[in-house]
Amino acid sequence: METTKQYDVIVIGGGPAGMAAAIKAYEEGKGKVLIIERNDSLGGILPQCIHNGFGAVNFDRDYPGPQYAYMYEKKLRSYDIEILLDTMVLEISAEKEVYAMNSAMGYLHLQSKAIVLAMGCRERTRSQIRLPGTRAAGIYTAGTAQRLVNIEGYMPGKRIVILGSGDIGMIMARRFTIEGAKVLSVLELQPFLTGLRRNYVQCLQDYGIPLHLSTTVNKIMGADRVEAIETVQVDEQYNPIEGSEEIIECDTLVLSVGLIPENEISRKAGVKLDRRTNGPIVDSYMMTTIPGIFAAGNVTFVYDLVDYVSQAGELAGLNAARYARNERIDSQLGIRLKPGRNVGSVVPQKIMITKDDETGTSITLRPNALIEHRVTVELKYGDETVVSFKEQYARPAEMMFHKLKEKELARLEEIKSGELTAVIS
Amino acid sequence: METKNFDVVIIGAGIVGSMVAQRLSKFKLSVAVLEKEVDVGMGQSTANSAILHSGHDPEPGTMKAKMNKRGNELWKQYAPELGVEICDTGALVVAMNPEEKKQIKVLYERSNENGIEGVEMWSRAQTLAREPHLSPECTGALWTPTAGVIDPFEGVVAAAEHAALNGVQFFFNTEVQHMVVEEGKLTTVKTNRGDFHARWFVNAAGIHSDEIMHMVGDRPDFVIRARRGEYMIFDKAKVKVSNVIFPMPTENGKGILVSVTAHGNTLIGPNAHAIEQKEDTAVTKFGLSEILEQSKKVVPTISAQDVIATFSGVRATGNYCPDGSHRDFLIEISKRVKGLINLAGIESPGYVSSPAIAEEVERLLREEAGETFEDKEEYQPTRQPRVRFAKLSHDERAELIRKNPAYGRIVCRCEEVTEGEIVAAIHAPIPAMTYDAIKRRTWLGTGRCQGSFDYPRTMEILSRELNIPMTEITKRGPGSVFLFRKTKEIVEAGGTDGNNKAV
Repeated sequence: METTKQYDVIVIGGGPAGMAAAIKAYEEGKGKVLIIERNDSLGGILPQCIHNGFGAVNFDRDYPGPQYAYMYEKKLRSYDIEILLDTMVLEISAEKEVYAMNSAMGYLHLQSKAIVLAMGCRERTRSQIRLPGTRAAGIYTAGTAQRLVNIEGYMPGKRIVILGSGDIGMIMARRFTIEGAKVLSVLELQPFLTGLRRNYVQCLQDYGIPLHLSTTVNKIMGADRVEAIETVQVDEQYNPIEGSEEIIECDTLVLSVGLIPENEISRKAGVKLDRRTNGPIVDSYMMTTIPGIFAAGNVTFVYDLVDYVSQAGELAGLNAARYARNERIDSQLGIRLKPGRNVGSVVPQKIMITKDDETGTSITLRPNALIEHRVTVELKYGDETVVSFKEQYARPAEMMFHKLKEKELARLEEIKSGELTAVIS
Repeated sequence: METKNFDVVIIGAGIVGSMVAQRLSKFKLSVAVLEKEVDVGMGQSTANSAILHSGHDPEPGTMKAKMNKRGNELWKQYAPELGVEICDTGALVVAMNPEEKKQIKVLYERSNENGIEGVEMWSRAQTLAREPHLSPECTGALWTPTAGVIDPFEGVVAAAEHAALNGVQFFFNTEVQHMVVEEGKLTTVKTNRGDFHARWFVNAAGIHSDEIMHMVGDRPDFVIRARRGEYMIFDKAKVKVSNVIFPMPTENGKGILVSVTAHGNTLIGPNAHAIEQKEDTAVTKFGLSEILEQSKKVVPTISAQDVIATFSGVRATGNYCPDGSHRDFLIEISKRVKGLINLAGIESPGYVSSPAIAEEVERLLREEAGETFEDKEEYQPTRQPRVRFAKLSHDERAELIRKNPAYGRIVCRCEEVTEGEIVAAIHAPIPAMTYDAIKRRTWLGTGRCQGSFDYPRTMEILSRELNIPMTEITKRGPGSVFLFRKTKEIVEAGGTDGNNKAV
């Protein structure tokens, strides 16, 4: 196949990370920038998130999802950036070729100097948590249910049980209720809420929807459509407590049991993935292990606020444009960063020492333990603490950020390469 | 209701019924297939290990041994005619300790007795070289090169469609309720969709084949016991084996296998547990842990983290000796009523045996019943497979989209299934009328996201192509609707659909 077109930066994915990346790449390089989106509109998952809670960091506002997306789309469309909608990227190569297609233009073979991966994430399914029972109709992931209700305009259930107290699950509990369905209960395997507290208050408490912690689905029943589910309480080791089973008659089970970065095309190109985050290993420039291929947003690490996703997109877009302009982005020297005690995952996995203020000298980490008191986060080089900061608490539902200070960077420069471990105590 | 007349009526559109239909479609006969479900292959034909067994395992001299070996040969002969792909993987029966190693010899001798070609006894090193993911504890294996893997859905659909192309009529949602015997001869079956008369009836009702016999008082002691087997499928990017790997068989059966599937995933299972209700295809916590633990002993890299799908299938374990001593396929012209052929107790390896069973049905009709068949002049010897976009090269894809833009729109992103393929499946000789029917034909929704992304679009396409409302689209037939109503639709007074708190 012949190459159809040449670009400086191709951004794959038109969600919050991709739009921010394309905008920044254009502003930085004024080169040929293309953004490719699978859906027939921009915004990624945002257009179906009609609740508010977006933009507090980047706009100092409380926007609903479509409004937040529109802010970026407006800017994107005001620039000379090419946009391909309803277009699927099937493959990319380490040489930064992109194979994509749509029904209007057919099969496309594009070439770029830099690529930004911004494909977002997908939801964990029923099989992945090995939920026992029948395979009846009426089992949906929260995002699919959200799309059916908010975009397609259809109700997938009347009497609904939600498994998982993540934000999407709680928001959908409220949404279903407003649309006239009965949400019987929200179940959570963990002994604590996994979504934001504000969503618990605004989505469950305010609507009288019960939350049951340390409880999960033991069995799905119903041959054609879900007829009931059996719930069970679990002990601290997540083992079912015998005798605590309860049957809830319902027609729908909605799963909100976690998100996984979507990296099929990254993997095909040979981008190295981190088993912890399920996303590409990135450095402070958001560059992956393949030079010139960058990644940003939920494709690298599932963020809890869209504002941070956009910021990560900007960083990737900026550096992709610089790379396309042949500016040297040193990927050789860097300090590896790995999660230690009470830390689930960290991004970037490689800290680059740079004096450039615009480039990333921030780290993002997600705790994997619930500590409801003041904690210290440390980056340790052997026994030595190189970076240290305090937080009010550590909750798995909330990420932590830290922008490295000059003094800390100076110390890192002395280390140059090697490995740091992030711990929370 | 109207009455229909046929030469042959086949009860059940599983792999056995479809293969019999395909076989008989060569001749000048009017043939009907009655299926109580909404599609072909809804029972045990599709929820199984999808292996074309070599025939090394069945007890020599049994119908099973004979049908298995012949069936394996016939599948390979039919594949190009039916337009199905067969993966010639071969199979390893692995020994995991010195005790089991001794059994390789026993199996080897049995294979020879069954006339299986190419079977070899392999050392540990030879075995590990062929399948490096095997546990280092492996002590050797029996190698059977004629075993293979198939897409079980595609096999049934292809056989049924080839039959349909050659004039066989399929009646779905059609359940046999009653049978009429006149002067010792079965003449009519009564269904929820009217009466079907025929000269011959073929009982290919799978787990319900005993009930069909009992309707005419045939073999009251033949009882099908349903055994459920659970399975798991893994993300192809994470877990990868390239063979069919059996553990050493025990008295309880062939054991939990680890196998590559026709689509390149790794599949583990099945266990075997007796169940009360024949259609109970739930998966259980216990069962899933059981197959996971067992398979890890053989392939240690298998991890629960990488599971993308779990399912279970029901097998028809039948026998015609009340004491259960001699378990075999029952393939016969009924001794009790004329005009009935029983194909019952077709448990594993039934799938691979199916074309041989069909051949046997033809033999019974010719040699025992004295039927003569005339070839159909307009017989179409081959069925064209439908396009699988994911398997095409870049250039082929470009060409296809140029011809039909519907192939330019991906609906299932994990398995790269296009709108064009979905539309083609809906308008195929055996039309795909439900989400699951499309899934079985195109492989949509079988990947990592398990339909999360494709549900809404697939429903829309079904709604458009079948010209029915979204609220009537089902997962797998009556009762399995996806959607109840539109949002903002006024709920009828007294309806239970709502919270009082709704705003």
